[in-house]
Amino acid sequence: MKLILPVLALALLAAAPFALSDYGLGLLIGAVTYTTLASSWALFSGHTGYISLATVAFYGTGAYTVAVLNEALPYPLVLLAAALVGATMALVVGLSTLRLAGVYFVIFTFGLAELVRQLITWYEVNVTGTLGRYIFLDVTARGIYWQMLALGAVTIGLTALIHRSRLGLALRVIGDDEVVAAHSGIPLARTKLVAFVLSATILTLAGAIASPRWVYVEPAIVFNPTVSFLTVIMALLGGANRLWGPALGAVPLFLAFEWLSVKLPDTYPIFLGFLFIGVVFALPDGVLAGIERLRQRREGAG
Amino acid sequence: MFRRQEKTLVTILILGLVLGGTYALLALGLTLQYGISRIMNLAYGELTLAAAFVLVALFRATGLSPIAAIVMIAPAGYVVGWFLYAVMMRPLVARSGAGGRLEVDSILATFGLLFLIQGVLLVAFGSNFTSISYLDRGVSVFGVPVALNRLIAFAICVTAGGALVVALARTRWGLTLRAVAQTPGSAPLVGIDVNRVARQGFALGTALAATGGATIAMYQTFSANDGVIFTMKALVIVIMGGVGNVAGALAAGFALGLVETFVATAIDPGLTLAATFAIFLAVLLWRPQGLFGRG
Amino acid sequence: MTLLSIDNVTKRFGGLTAVDAVSFDIAEGEIMGLLGPNGSGKTTLVNLVSGDLSADGGRITLAGTTLTGRRPDQIARVGVARTFQLVRILPSLTLTENVMVPAVFGAKSHWGAAAHEVAQAALEQVGLARRASSNAGELTYIDQKRLELARALAAEPKLLLLDEWLAGLNPTELGEGVALIRSLADSGITILMVEHIMEAVRALCPRVAVMNSGRLIADEATEVALTDPHVIAAYLGEGEDA
Repeated sequence: MKLILPVLALALLAAAPFALSDYGLGLLIGAVTYTTLASSWALFSGHTGYISLATVAFYGTGAYTVAVLNEALPYPLVLLAAALVGATMALVVGLSTLRLAGVYFVIFTFGLAELVRQLITWYEVNVTGTLGRYIFLDVTARGIYWQMLALGAVTIGLTALIHRSRLGLALRVIGDDEVVAAHSGIPLARTKLVAFVLSATILTLAGAIASPRWVYVEPAIVFNPTVSFLTVIMALLGGANRLWGPALGAVPLFLAFEWLSVKLPDTYPIFLGFLFIGVVFALPDGVLAGIERLRQRREGAG
Repeated sequence: MFRRQEKTLVTILILGLVLGGTYALLALGLTLQYGISRIMNLAYGELTLAAAFVLVALFRATGLSPIAAIVMIAPAGYVVGWFLYAVMMRPLVARSGAGGRLEVDSILATFGLLFLIQGVLLVAFGSNFTSISYLDRGVSVFGVPVALNRLIAFAICVTAGGALVVALARTRWGLTLRAVAQTPGSAPLVGIDVNRVARQGFALGTALAATGGATIAMYQTFSANDGVIFTMKALVIVIMGGVGNVAGALAAGFALGLVETFVATAIDPGLTLAATFAIFLAVLLWRPQGLFGRG
Repeated sequence: MTLLSIDNVTKRFGGLTAVDAVSFDIAEGEIMGLLGPNGSGKTTLVNLVSGDLSADGGRITLAGTTLTGRRPDQIARVGVARTFQLVRILPSLTLTENVMVPAVFGAKSHWGAAAHEVAQAALEQVGLARRASSNAGELTYIDQKRLELARALAAEPKLLLLDEWLAGLNPTELGEGVALIRSLADSGITILMVEHIMEAVRALCPRVAVMNSGRLIADEATEVALTDPHVIAAYLGEGEDA
């Protein structure tokens, strides 16, 4: 029963390109991309409370992998390669930081995108001698949309599965108290690592799928840190520990920021700042939890 | 040939130490904020930059000497930090109780503050690189020409940082601050008002950020988008030195200044951040308690 | 038969030797008290057994399995459960979920209905079954302590470590607490309990180990230990040199 509504919505979304203009489809791709990013971010950070600020490090790596390999390999293999690169990167980052207190992880991810960007820039300038690559792939906007929609659906489905699994319970316990988690028999490092690598692999794939939209790719374009920050605030606004929370935050915020960046490009960071502070103070567990609390209060009063 | 190499090495040493002075001061402020107030302040670099822009604006508008400006900017930083703590951080501390919620909340709130300040700076000063020309004639130090403004900036950092270290180690006030940093739970038992001390620690950290930022404006080009880099470097230094370890932060600050100057001069200026990160990674893997921590 | 064997275990913090070459055994089914003045190394010893700290020397074994050198989660899966000096619950989880956790991730790896059953039984044992679906963060202090104990029980442990579990209870609650621990001991769980409340130690533990300044100064029958001049001196502070 519970499956009918999401499946219906998915079918509707899948049919949407036939009824939309190019501009509408572009917006829809953006909304679905951010829903995927916020949902996969929340897959790890939502329950554990380990705030990852490195979304674009993976997203950009996915795009860059496609830019490097798109003429050498068939498309499915390019995607596979991107997923592998993302997973390996997450493994290295996770192994070095997830054994330690959460704040080390936050700090590390804070600078990771910038680090990857500088390394790739240095490599391209000094080794290959070119900065900037072209992506010549025979993928239409609709093709990108359907792939991204599929990835988003898989992410939310996977999150639902994890919520009901041992892994999901373990992540929630870790988010509440790591000492208790360890003494209950939960292997901390391994559990965190599994979730982080899963989440990062999806982020990387999302970058790979979205990359043909750019056509021309260079590090400064694909490693735009705003992507990381938007992802965090979207997931938090909706409720990062709820299945539909990230999607609920992603769609309206994407549209709002799309509008803002056209109308008020200079004051954009100020809005983002107020949004973060507002969420922390007014909706610490997201909109969904806020609504629930209101409803409980009303029931209690009436 | 040999003479040349020797000279390069001396240049790296001197320029690295001068840069390290600013880094050490910045890291000292951040480690005070995290160690005493338990706030991981991701907007630290933006506060630094704000002070740098204020110095430039004052210099351009009134011709005020940067040294006189710093005397005003540092206390102003203290006041700003005091209010930030009272208005933004204190409610979060009060709400979190004993739980681990504060860390996540403070990271997200200061993350918001980061964008807020960055946005205001962008609106007020634009996104172009800024610098002033102030005492940029060379002075010979051990045969190496160093700009006078760098030397003055270095002297300010050493004086401010040194005075603070002595005050922390020798005065009753310093003892109170250190007591809260080590055992916030039992400090109230000996009559310490933890909230007040935490506010002081945060304000003091902001004052150091402002001082550091003002000295940066004296000799370096910067833009409104650079805040994150300063925060990043200060964080890495704090972790290298051991969180809450004042002497460690100072030593690590100088070390990072040297490494950066070495990488930029001898390898490639585009890899300075990569070098910073490589050190960070090495410290995390090898000695997560910091290079200068015990045990 | 010996269940827990602590053999010549030492732990140093910088220059301070918090646990100094301590050795004793606990037999299966025994309930043993661990006494000593504040700072004598009791909690450090418990932390060494549960894996929060790693020993600098010596060996700890549980039914022949070496515990020293293992992580807390591995030790938990071998069959050691504990409570904490400052009560630790999982505030955002329900009571059932709190208690399910060690059943799911412990030695037996229950899941689904089986895990729920274990959790329900443990909650019933401590008298919290009625509130199974409320959030743990809403509990009173004594109920949080009960919950913590239920969680330790749901691990179906061989050895239960209680770190001042009775501290902070009022006289009525203390009576209930003692009865509860007694019922656990009767069900066959081996217990090592750090405790300051002598009344409870007398009522529950036939045998005690006493520590002072990191060293074991007595390991004997409770009545003997409590009249032992060394032990009395330690508690009155005469032996306090660290």
